[in-house]
Amino acid sequence: MATAAAHAEAHEVHDHKPSFFARWFLSTNHKDIGTLYLLFAFCAGMIGAFLSFGIRMEMEQPGLQYFSNPATYNVFVTGHGLIMVFFMVMPALIGGFGNWFVPLMIGAPDMAFPRMNNISFWLTVAGFCSLLCSLFVEGAPGASGAGTGWTVYPPLSTAGHPGPAVDFAIFALHLSGAGSILGAINFITTILNMRAPGMTLHKMPLFAWAELVTAFLLLLSLPVLAGAITMLLTDRNFGTTFFDPAGGGDPILYQHLFWFFGHPEVYIMILPAFGIVSHIIATFSRKPVFGYLAMAYAMVAIGVVGFVVWAHHMYTVGLSLQTQSYFVFATMVIAVPTGVKIFSWIATMWGGSIRFTAAMHWAVGFIFLFTVGGVTGVVLANSAVDKYLHDTYYVVAHFHYVLSLGAVFIIFAGVYYWFPKMTGHIIPEWAGKLHFWLAFIGANVLFFPMHFLGLAGMPRRYADYPDAFAQWHKVSTYGGHIFGLSMFVFVIGVVLAFRSKERAADNPWGEGATTLEWTLSSPPPFHQFETLPRIVDEPGAH
Amino acid sequence: MAATPPGPSRGAKRTALACAGLAVGMIGLAFASVPLYDAFCKATGYDGTPRQGPALADSAARTDDSMVVHFDTNVAPGLPWKFIPEVSRVEAKLGETKTVFFRVQNTGSVPSAGVATFNVQPGLMGGYFVKIACFCFNEQTLQPGETLDVPVVFYVDPALRDDSNTAHLSEMTLSYTYFASKNGQPVKATVARSGSSGTKGDF
Repeated sequence: MATAAAHAEAHEVHDHKPSFFARWFLSTNHKDIGTLYLLFAFCAGMIGAFLSFGIRMEMEQPGLQYFSNPATYNVFVTGHGLIMVFFMVMPALIGGFGNWFVPLMIGAPDMAFPRMNNISFWLTVAGFCSLLCSLFVEGAPGASGAGTGWTVYPPLSTAGHPGPAVDFAIFALHLSGAGSILGAINFITTILNMRAPGMTLHKMPLFAWAELVTAFLLLLSLPVLAGAITMLLTDRNFGTTFFDPAGGGDPILYQHLFWFFGHPEVYIMILPAFGIVSHIIATFSRKPVFGYLAMAYAMVAIGVVGFVVWAHHMYTVGLSLQTQSYFVFATMVIAVPTGVKIFSWIATMWGGSIRFTAAMHWAVGFIFLFTVGGVTGVVLANSAVDKYLHDTYYVVAHFHYVLSLGAVFIIFAGVYYWFPKMTGHIIPEWAGKLHFWLAFIGANVLFFPMHFLGLAGMPRRYADYPDAFAQWHKVSTYGGHIFGLSMFVFVIGVVLAFRSKERAADNPWGEGATTLEWTLSSPPPFHQFETLPRIVDEPGAH
Repeated sequence: MAATPPGPSRGAKRTALACAGLAVGMIGLAFASVPLYDAFCKATGYDGTPRQGPALADSAARTDDSMVVHFDTNVAPGLPWKFIPEVSRVEAKLGETKTVFFRVQNTGSVPSAGVATFNVQPGLMGGYFVKIACFCFNEQTLQPGETLDVPVVFYVDPALRDDSNTAHLSEMTLSYTYFASKNGQPVKATVARSGSSGTKGDF
């Protein structure tokens, strides 16, 4: 990789920060907006976690303990899914770390459209408010909230939910989707036009590559979701019949449209994490990442192939054998670039001078857990196997391994890696490591038994179940408690960091950390790179 | 303030416009998918959509091979009709033109109009079930107490034996559902806001 020839000047002298209200509510500064996104993601994540806590408490025993109406349980499941996908993982990885570090890493003073950046953030917040409103208005007859699942399939979301809750949920997706599309345009424009002199695309850090591919996926997939849920909205309110057989519509069309968005969406959530983990592994192995170009183009390949595999979510709708064979094959092809990434991370560590910092714990933990989730993904890719496992806890286990243990672990890895840079404070290493071990054990105890439950036939989205499943559900709930406990350790670590007098050096991680953000002060000046850094080739780079 | 940063460069504006165009184009594609999907289903019989077309020549019929066709009839909530087939199933020689009558009766006290939708199961048979004429192509209006016998004329395409997805099948189902309609457009059944009326079709 290339390094910056010019060191940042001391900017503090002319660092005029606006007043509190103007700074945080009218913000156009990419670092402030990144901070807002991270704080928002944390708050939304807490609410999403509270909902999952409700789910796990209910599932601890057969019968109905906490929910008098199973429809309300479904509302918790739906709320948990929508919040974690659209208001926790995406704001944290794209809005938060993306805004903070893409301009820093490519040597840009800010994002290309700072005010549009502000709109993106507040649209996301508005969407979240709409989703919270949906929890408190009638959805299914006699219950409040949308209990449709995050997929919002008709006819459950149309004929099954006469109340306005689903309209609020759809509106939430419209708003946050618009915010994400604007954000994606901003990222693409920034990365394509504002790289520092000398930084060609092939010298650009992998996190910026990851955000670039993610932004393209957002741009191509989110409008399709927006179209699909708009049709749902008019079906619900204005008598159209896009998905209603009474007027010649077909509910299966909604599934095709939804998953044309939904499958790229899972890569939207995981690709930024791929970028972050590459930097952490390289930094703490004190080696450049292994196979830089292959890593970058593996992400591009995952993005491209991710658009042509959507029907593997719909093997049970009656596809012909040939169609199923195609989707099985295309899905398995994705394992190839993903494997390239996994092996390159391992090869980066191989022979490196590894330091097991807190961030490195989370990154290595991610590689292990993401691989487990990837392997169950290959199992589910087989249409014949999927007929049996479709909509069971096996699927729940699979996507929690890649998302809850993949994306979320890397959000924490990113926090531990960049916290000194973002705040100038240092989270005690012991807190990060304790947090990791509690989360690692807790999440595995929480999600691994779900494989057994799913193989035994336990379906998703049911508030009650036969006694035969009770044992593993109980174990899973215990794991949930441990996972929840680990979050308190995180909060304690952050509080300790801000109370401590210790200040982070500009580059606390030493020679392995080669990207441009480490050439700046910690925290970076309010405006950086007023003199653009020049990127020069190091002999022997790549 | 530090010097106001210069506005986005011309290249940046061009990139942003191209991106916005891409997003708008994808929204357009999402809506275009509705008629495209409909045309695709009609052309290929995808998802159990029966084909429509003229009868086969008698010589194309195969006397040695047949398909049992079951009939399934439903009436959506909100339409006070009775709807039954004259026979619950027929054995149709492949390629042979068959006519089956269905009886609909308005049991309500006011005239009402309905239109039927249809599909076949297994869905993969859609491409091999060909309707020559069907009552379901048109809206029906029935006076109170009026009874009507309506025909469907169809044949089962012998080509199904050449498709590995359907070659093994010996039975299939043709399903109809009558929905209340007005000028050919569906009328929303009034769904109870709370409690359940317990009728088929409620969720």
